[in-house]
Amino acid sequence: MDEMSELITKANIARPDDFYAELIGLHEGRTKEESDALNARLILLLANHIGDIDVLRQAMKAAAKSGHDGARN
Amino acid sequence: MTRIFETPIYPYVRSADQDAASPARHPVVVVGAGPVGLAAAVDLAQAGTPVVVLDENDKVSWGSRAICFAKRPLEILDRLGCGDPMVDKGVVWNVGKVFFDERQVYEFNLLPEAGHKRPAFINLQQYHFEKYLVDRVRELEAAGKPIEIRGGNKVRSIDQREGHVRLDIETPDGPYAIDADWLVACDGAASPIRSMMGLDFIGRTFEDNFLIADIVMQEGDFPTERWFWFDPPFNRGQSTLLHKQPDNVWRVDFQLGWNIDKEEEKKPENVTRRLKAFLGDDASFELEWVSIYTFQCRRMAKFRHGHVLFAGDSAHQVSPFGARGANSGLQDTDNLVWKLKLVLEGKAPETLLDSYDEERIHGADENILNSSRSTDFITPKSDISRIFRDAVLELSEHHEFARPLVNSGRLSVPCTYDGSSLNGTDDEKMPPRTRPGSPASDAPIGGKWLLDMLGGRFQLVTIDTEAPERIDAGGIGIERLALSSADDPTGALAERYLGGRESAVYLMRPDQHVAARWVGFNEAAVRDALDTAVARDRGWTR
Ligand SMILES: Cc1cc2nc3c(=O)[nH]c(=O)nc-3n(C[C@H](O)[C@H](O)[C@H](O)COP(=O)(O)OP(=O)(O)OC[C@H]3O[C@@H](n4cnc5c(N)ncnc54)[C@H](O)[C@@H]3O)c2cc1C
Repeated sequence: MDEMSELITKANIARPDDFYAELIGLHEGRTKEESDALNARLILLLANHIGDIDVLRQAMKAAAKSGHDGARN
Repeated sequence: MTRIFETPIYPYVRSADQDAASPARHPVVVVGAGPVGLAAAVDLAQAGTPVVVLDENDKVSWGSRAICFAKRPLEILDRLGCGDPMVDKGVVWNVGKVFFDERQVYEFNLLPEAGHKRPAFINLQQYHFEKYLVDRVRELEAAGKPIEIRGGNKVRSIDQREGHVRLDIETPDGPYAIDADWLVACDGAASPIRSMMGLDFIGRTFEDNFLIADIVMQEGDFPTERWFWFDPPFNRGQSTLLHKQPDNVWRVDFQLGWNIDKEEEKKPENVTRRLKAFLGDDASFELEWVSIYTFQCRRMAKFRHGHVLFAGDSAHQVSPFGARGANSGLQDTDNLVWKLKLVLEGKAPETLLDSYDEERIHGADENILNSSRSTDFITPKSDISRIFRDAVLELSEHHEFARPLVNSGRLSVPCTYDGSSLNGTDDEKMPPRTRPGSPASDAPIGGKWLLDMLGGRFQLVTIDTEAPERIDAGGIGIERLALSSADDPTGALAERYLGGRESAVYLMRPDQHVAARWVGFNEAAVRDALDTAVARDRGWTR
């Protein structure tokens, strides 16, 4: 049987502050509507890069948890 | 000139049944001479099962209806003897263009797989299609086959009795009654029979309105392509489809949304204004039909109710995106007719008909799922859904990956009856596309087409291996079709049927679906699989 790939939830970005600044920078000067559209495009591009539906499902599940739910995970 | 949809082609004629002292009994009565009822009748009569078709009307269908017919239904129509006129008259298309807002975002080519007799799709007006089926009925009549079509016969009520159904019919000469061992209800979306039986639909329902205009334009104005607009300037927030039919008729399909004033929208000046905004002010066209349709995605909980069997729109409905209405109705009768014949002949138990429910509900659910998803993409139901939809369309212009996410209708593909109780043994080294439950894939073999050699009876297809020419399995004959890799110059047969094996034996159902498959012939295994395929494996004895 195929080993199911695990969503990486340990730190995996080499320079976290740089990435974060670039992500926020991307939205600078955009309206809420433009930012929403951009985020959607970004999610789609990343999702396609990952491709593996199992990993995508784990990511959707993890993202759907927030607040107390998220903390318990 | 009278046009084909204005000419009565099965006018009312008084039948001897109307003068009978007591109701005449018929093995099968089909109610409705739409595409599905006619296909059922042709299929039955071809196999020698007597059938009477009743329709309150006497003409082919009226108004804008089906235009797009997929390969599988064309293969079924080949088996029914109507494939050639359909394909000769129909418009074959492969190219589609997708527009978003004011621009074209991409173009696709269906690039149909080689090695099939029939094209992926043709476009043809439903009235032509029905005419070819009626021509076929006439041909069968002339050949002495037991088929009769009664126009001007409206079913007023039905009564399910012990082992048969009594029908009360209204005609221009007054009412009469007949009895049917089996009644096949192909009486359309508004199915009076469904209402008479107090049956309803289940499933998700959503509603939308479409303004459908069939217009006549000069050749050369638009190519033979499927053009689909999301949120265009001439129909903001909605979608529009342009598709070519034979005889220079184009189908224009404007989605209007749910809260609209139908009367206002239908006014010729408003329709013309819409069309001019779309086609340009100087476009010249003639209106053939203009109508507003409402579609729903839903099905009956069960298609078999005792001796009444529902097929086509009476049993299930889908939105038009994906062209699944008539296409799936034809797969219904393809599935039903051989079962009905075996039950009528006493060669299979009545429970075989429950597998019609099982298999075609599976098909209907697949169609409903696909059309619901298309509808959700075309008409996003929330802000976030629209944001993602628009993001997909934006990305599709420059990134190939986003194109498969664009959903302007997933065009009808044949249904595989995975998990059906009629399926027998599989061989995992053979190709998945021909696993039990699948419709046979066509392939060119020794100058012929495989599908032209299949159907209408149980067959044992052998590839590079031996088997008896004929097996009698409890009154059901299994005929061998011997094939050889030597007749497979393109390799399609090996690719579609052998996969990782050197030889294969396939048990094929009369509807060209695979029942079971093995590497070599084993008589006991074949008999077992046949019993399973006709539901005789559950303690049935003749
Ligand atoms: C705009 C539009 C576009 C479509 N596009 C496509 C497409 O591209 N591809 C596709 O596959 N499908 C398409 N469809 C769907 C397709 O038209 C239907 O699925 C198909 O007509 C269903 O056939 P049917 O035989 O089940 O029912 P119908 O064609 O509705 O026939 C029912 C028949 O029953 C008769 N009847 C009704 N009540 C009685 C009674 N009491 N007694 C006697 N007779 C009765 C009627 O007179 C009628 O002839 C489209 C539909 C529409 C409206």
